[in-house]
Amino acid sequence: MEPQLAEPSPKGSRKVILQGNEACAKAAIYAGCRFFAGYPITPSTEIIEFLSSEMISVGGTFIQMEDEIASACAIVGARWGGKKAMTATSGPGFTLMQETIGYAAVTETPVVIVNVQRGGPSTGQPTMSSQQDIYQVKYGSHGDYEIIAMTPSSVQEMYDFTIRAFELSEKFRTPVILLADEVVGHMREKVTIYEGEKAIRGGHRNYVVSPQEDFYTGGNCLVEGQLHDEEGMRIGHLPSKSGEFIRSICGKIQNHIDEIQDVQSYFMEDADIAILAYGSVSRSALNAVKQAKGIKLSADEKEGKLRFLKKLVRKKSAEQNPYSHLNVGLIKVNTVWPFPEKQIRRLAAKCRYVFVPEMNNGKYCREIERCLKECKVISLPKIGGEMHSPAELLESIAKEVKEDE
Amino acid sequence: MNRLMERYLRLDALPTLFCAGCGNGIIQYAAISAIENLGIRKDTALVSGIGCSSWIPCYLNMDVMHTTHGRALAFAQGLKLARPGKKVIVFTGDGDCLAIGGNHLLHACKRNIDITVILVNNHIYGMTGGQKSPATPENAVTKTSPFGAYDEPMQGAEIAMSLGATYVARWTAAHPVQLQKSIEAGIKHKGFSLIEVISQCPTQSGKSVYGNKDPAFIINYLKQNSFIYKEGMEEPSGRIKCGILLHDNDKPEYIERMENKTEQYRKRL
Repeated sequence: MEPQLAEPSPKGSRKVILQGNEACAKAAIYAGCRFFAGYPITPSTEIIEFLSSEMISVGGTFIQMEDEIASACAIVGARWGGKKAMTATSGPGFTLMQETIGYAAVTETPVVIVNVQRGGPSTGQPTMSSQQDIYQVKYGSHGDYEIIAMTPSSVQEMYDFTIRAFELSEKFRTPVILLADEVVGHMREKVTIYEGEKAIRGGHRNYVVSPQEDFYTGGNCLVEGQLHDEEGMRIGHLPSKSGEFIRSICGKIQNHIDEIQDVQSYFMEDADIAILAYGSVSRSALNAVKQAKGIKLSADEKEGKLRFLKKLVRKKSAEQNPYSHLNVGLIKVNTVWPFPEKQIRRLAAKCRYVFVPEMNNGKYCREIERCLKECKVISLPKIGGEMHSPAELLESIAKEVKEDE
Repeated sequence: MNRLMERYLRLDALPTLFCAGCGNGIIQYAAISAIENLGIRKDTALVSGIGCSSWIPCYLNMDVMHTTHGRALAFAQGLKLARPGKKVIVFTGDGDCLAIGGNHLLHACKRNIDITVILVNNHIYGMTGGQKSPATPENAVTKTSPFGAYDEPMQGAEIAMSLGATYVARWTAAHPVQLQKSIEAGIKHKGFSLIEVISQCPTQSGKSVYGNKDPAFIINYLKQNSFIYKEGMEEPSGRIKCGILLHDNDKPEYIERMENKTEQYRKRL
């Protein structure tokens, strides 16, 4: 299914140059977010800085809380007060928010949490990029729950996916994580943004168990962190009802995966080698695919790129292309969770190799290995804070393929 | 059943989790009496954390958020900021508020945000089976202080005063009428109000704090071993200081300050 990205607003759109974090903040405003609570942390700080005044301009509320725990709690509180709410952080803060992510999942509270990933563990690499939180985003809080997580790879996607995150969270009454990284958070690109405010409809009652009336509307709503029934009454001591509850909050996401998932493919029609990437690494991956195919970068893509890259491409296409024998395509996963298993299996059906470059020690590739049994899944981990370059990717692929021949 | 209780309780949720002789019922009744007297039931939301006292609001037919351990004040501030015109009352305990939630208490007091906190102090972690809390008196033998507690116990009300709360009172479960009046005053007060209630936990702190598990004994003990503070009086030592300990109407409230600061910015737009 085609992803439902932001529709142009009736009030029109315009093109501007924005930083990824700014684009995310602007998208939140456009999506109707009127409450932001946060705590400064590199490399997400531009979001809280930008919204400290922008939220006021649109009549919303901004507060800098005492820590990330309180920030996450405050947005959940504000959402029950009827305001769409968001917070933004990075690794260490995201760790602190896990408690409240579980609470939002169990109380079925729609909130958006942005994690601009940096290198970890612990204080790690505050100013460098990583994709190390790919599992934490799904399994970070204790207990069984499902999460929706989106991985933008450009400033435009920072904008579009933030809007989509609000749509999904409202529809399925669940926390949604925008799993960005330092590269997309800090890069500047041309981006189309919309004027006005998008009307985002609330969820379908069938999706949820918990009471859902906003506070102060006469609903006498009991929001309960213990497993509960339709009235909010605790059922944690009742095994069968508790099991049913867990199946319900997981099922509302798992059973609608076709609607939630967003996986793009490039040149996969007859490819027998796939690069499967998500987030900023998919930019390098797409570039590598195009280089192998001897395709010049499109004019639009060229604009934002450095001059030496253009020269490189021209030079490569002029000379013999050393990678022309690689019939390679790209599978770009935009919703890393829930895991779009069927879609990946369908796209990679004809592949002999699937390469999974990630800015971590090789994590998501395990998920890919689990679902693709027929082909060789090769992890291309890169740690240290830098993105894979297209040349690195092509070299690794060529080496692997040659070894097998 | 009491008529007022009947109108406020979620009757299908009964019986409560509370042990026989628990102070929570007294506090619950004081709170709903205050809410009823002020006529603010529909404009009030109740937020609580984790622990015995945090179950008090869960039996009430109102908007209730039963949150995570220590975080009630953080959730409550988000809710209050989203709906500044409405009331938020927080139910919390000595462990919930003073231990795990200490940082949130510090900042909520400092902000002087218009929230009312009912801090139920039973001197112990009751729900988990009687372990030492930050408010456990010195020498009390609990499940985690087998040699007698050697920490200096934290005084919730005095801490709130020192942190910038602007209405602070302390009562015991033996002062239900005064407690209700203080809750009313706290709700009416524009700013951060904290009412600490020394409450009996016959099951857990009965033995370890009072040396007697009989609720009536503890209530009598609280009555006899407390005094009502009046400004300028000489304070008897070793007794629980009750009364309105602070009522400051001069310090501006957080949301007011926020609105004053941002008003000019909004006007310029």
